[in-house]
Amino acid sequence: MLPSDLKSEMFAGYAVEARKIVTAHLPTLRQMPLSVLPGLLRELISFDFKFPAERKARERELDYLGSLSQAQLKECFHDFSEIRLSRQLEEFEWVKLPGQFVERLSAQLWSTHQLDAFRKASSDYADRLRAAVPPEPPPIPRLGISVIGQGVTSYGEPLFRKLRPHGAYFSGIKPENGLRQLLDAVAVRAKAHPLSYGHWYVDGGEAFACEPVLACVSYEGLAGARAALLRKMQEQIEQPGMGPEALRSFLAQLRPADLGMERQGADEVLHRFEVSVLTEGSGTQIFSTVFAQWAAREALRRAQPVTMLVRFAPRQRQKPMNELLSASAKAPAEVDVIGSLVDGDFAAYYNWLNQQRLVGAEQSSFLVWFEGHSQALAIGPTMARGTESRSAADLQQVLGWMS
Amino acid sequence: MRRALRNGASDREVSHVLARTRRDFLREAAGVAVGSALLRPVWARAAAPRTKRKVVVVTFGGGARDQETFMQEGQENIPHLMRELIPRASFFTQVVNRGILGHYVATASLATGVYETFNNFAAVSPESPTVFEYFRKDLKRPSSDAWVVAPSNGFNRIGESSHRSYGSGLGARVILPKRLLSAATSGSSHNYQHLLRDNYETPYYAPELAGSEFELQQLEMLLKLSVDDFKSHAQTLTSPDELSVYIARQLMRQVAPSLLWITLHDIDVAHAGAYSLYIEGIRRTDRLCSELWQAVQEEPEYAGQTTLFILPDFGRDSDEDAGGNGFQHHRTGDVLSRTTWMLASGPGIRENVVFDRAVDSRDLVPTLGAILGFHASLAQGKPVGEVL
Repeated sequence: MLPSDLKSEMFAGYAVEARKIVTAHLPTLRQMPLSVLPGLLRELISFDFKFPAERKARERELDYLGSLSQAQLKECFHDFSEIRLSRQLEEFEWVKLPGQFVERLSAQLWSTHQLDAFRKASSDYADRLRAAVPPEPPPIPRLGISVIGQGVTSYGEPLFRKLRPHGAYFSGIKPENGLRQLLDAVAVRAKAHPLSYGHWYVDGGEAFACEPVLACVSYEGLAGARAALLRKMQEQIEQPGMGPEALRSFLAQLRPADLGMERQGADEVLHRFEVSVLTEGSGTQIFSTVFAQWAAREALRRAQPVTMLVRFAPRQRQKPMNELLSASAKAPAEVDVIGSLVDGDFAAYYNWLNQQRLVGAEQSSFLVWFEGHSQALAIGPTMARGTESRSAADLQQVLGWMS
Repeated sequence: MRRALRNGASDREVSHVLARTRRDFLREAAGVAVGSALLRPVWARAAAPRTKRKVVVVTFGGGARDQETFMQEGQENIPHLMRELIPRASFFTQVVNRGILGHYVATASLATGVYETFNNFAAVSPESPTVFEYFRKDLKRPSSDAWVVAPSNGFNRIGESSHRSYGSGLGARVILPKRLLSAATSGSSHNYQHLLRDNYETPYYAPELAGSEFELQQLEMLLKLSVDDFKSHAQTLTSPDELSVYIARQLMRQVAPSLLWITLHDIDVAHAGAYSLYIEGIRRTDRLCSELWQAVQEEPEYAGQTTLFILPDFGRDSDEDAGGNGFQHHRTGDVLSRTTWMLASGPGIRENVVFDRAVDSRDLVPTLGAILGFHASLAQGKPVGEVL
């Protein structure tokens, strides 16, 4: 089936809001090439469970495409139209399973050497969209905070090497109550500028008491869901004929209820996000540092928050994968605190990069702190790049200088 | 370099900037000279007769990026390559892989000189003839003269293609050290689990073994290694690649194949997302490459007549590409993940020289053909003249 054959009844299986937006824009969708439409449907099929920023972006994109003439639409998607697809892909149930279609499309793009053409078409389309529908600036400048090195007593190697050229390095931080100061600062921002999913706290260990104004996600808070997921993965891996692609498809279909996360009055949008972090992220189920980095990346990309506090915690020591997968029900795992510090240090750089990909980057600020120690680094419009300060200061003061 | 990447430069321009950056860092750090194929002296020809020549190919462990290796900030992770190997080698800064960036299919492409397009996770043979088949058929060599030491069960069919003019019975013998250890410990492998980690590419799944395998009894017959000695030595090792290098050294000592291909894979732990484990993998691979270099110098069958090639199968995603997650994967197909390097060292090969012209990863097989004296008729690359 081709996009031109689309009919509204084909979306009967979509949730209410998803069905509404798809049918409202059906004339536009019918004119899109098959190489690109399932990618859009993959986003729209879960529209009911998207963050406000994602919903708005999709609505604006579809409104823009709907405003184009037939000739303009054809020109807009010309490069995608040039991508050759197999008969099997055309016959695939891409309306019902757009995510699986995209996986198959990806494999075909690689094997037919069309990946570069597809990358270029995607990049050109994104540029065009950004120019036509510029993303809205955040209501307040963004603030990212990463806390790394929990549990490390001493570390002799230089930290924040990737970030130092971009900000001011502090070596005289007074660590007392540092974490409390950061959590309070984040809560104050969230209360002063309430935004749905606009302020986040991700913890790679056990979260401190979470203010209701924050979207909170923690590795320990998902211990039950992780254990359930690992059990399901083990069962699947042991199935005859199971392979990595089938496992990925299985994981993509899991919902919060499958992992025992269904609770009365629960935040379904956040739960779906948590499940996606555990099922789409590689290593998020077993390494807390990876969980924290990937959760922050996905929250920044999808929810586009104005505040993002990420605290990294020690991850378990590396073991063979089958032991890691089956360890959930056993004794607490041995942790690797130094390895986790190295992980967190680099992940903080990724947190900053991902924040800087969002609109308003020139006004954004970022702070990384070696928990319990005197080292921190601050980046922002008011912080001199590549500088160093040995003066004594607490984190509250540094945050004040950044704002 | 970052400026070039951000300003929408073409892939070719970015590759060239990468190559020049590597060259400049190498020149500063290792004092290498810039090479030119035209200036190659006449005396720089392989000294050993072709029948005695040997080649060892090492794939550098599952994809590593410039910034953790040859860029200034990464050189601390590869002290052995920087201090011991590069000064004795010709170094190619721009080896481009335009194929599928999955480890099995990419390694198969390196071994066939053709961009293979099969499913990376399928237990299939390469479709085009492998370097081992050209070598054995053209030069009438026995199966004992071409070997592959491979990291994962998924690689067990890499030694022999499904091509109707080559294929069955003409390929290399393949050792899967982990499989061997698993068989040697016969179900009581608890103390060896750290050596049996498999298939990081999708960290949770180890493919089942299919195709021919190295039999346990050959451990003793061919490698002159008792099961007890093997098990006892394995307990002193820390990673699957260390096990592979141990087996490769045993193979060099006892069988001395003329064509030996060793695929390292520890670095691919990066897929689990922990940066410290990725760096640990690079440092270990650097050390293991040095050990293999030492083995080539020390083994009488290899010393003075062996050309060693070290190259990654490809890189990893750049931090700049929002579609990826940096070092963790190699899924975006961006320029950094496609551009890598190659080191060649041995008799007749110029030392301490760096070349930054573009080399295609398919060029390896025709180059090996030119060195060993066979014709890789179906390979699509061209011999790298600077090492011939």
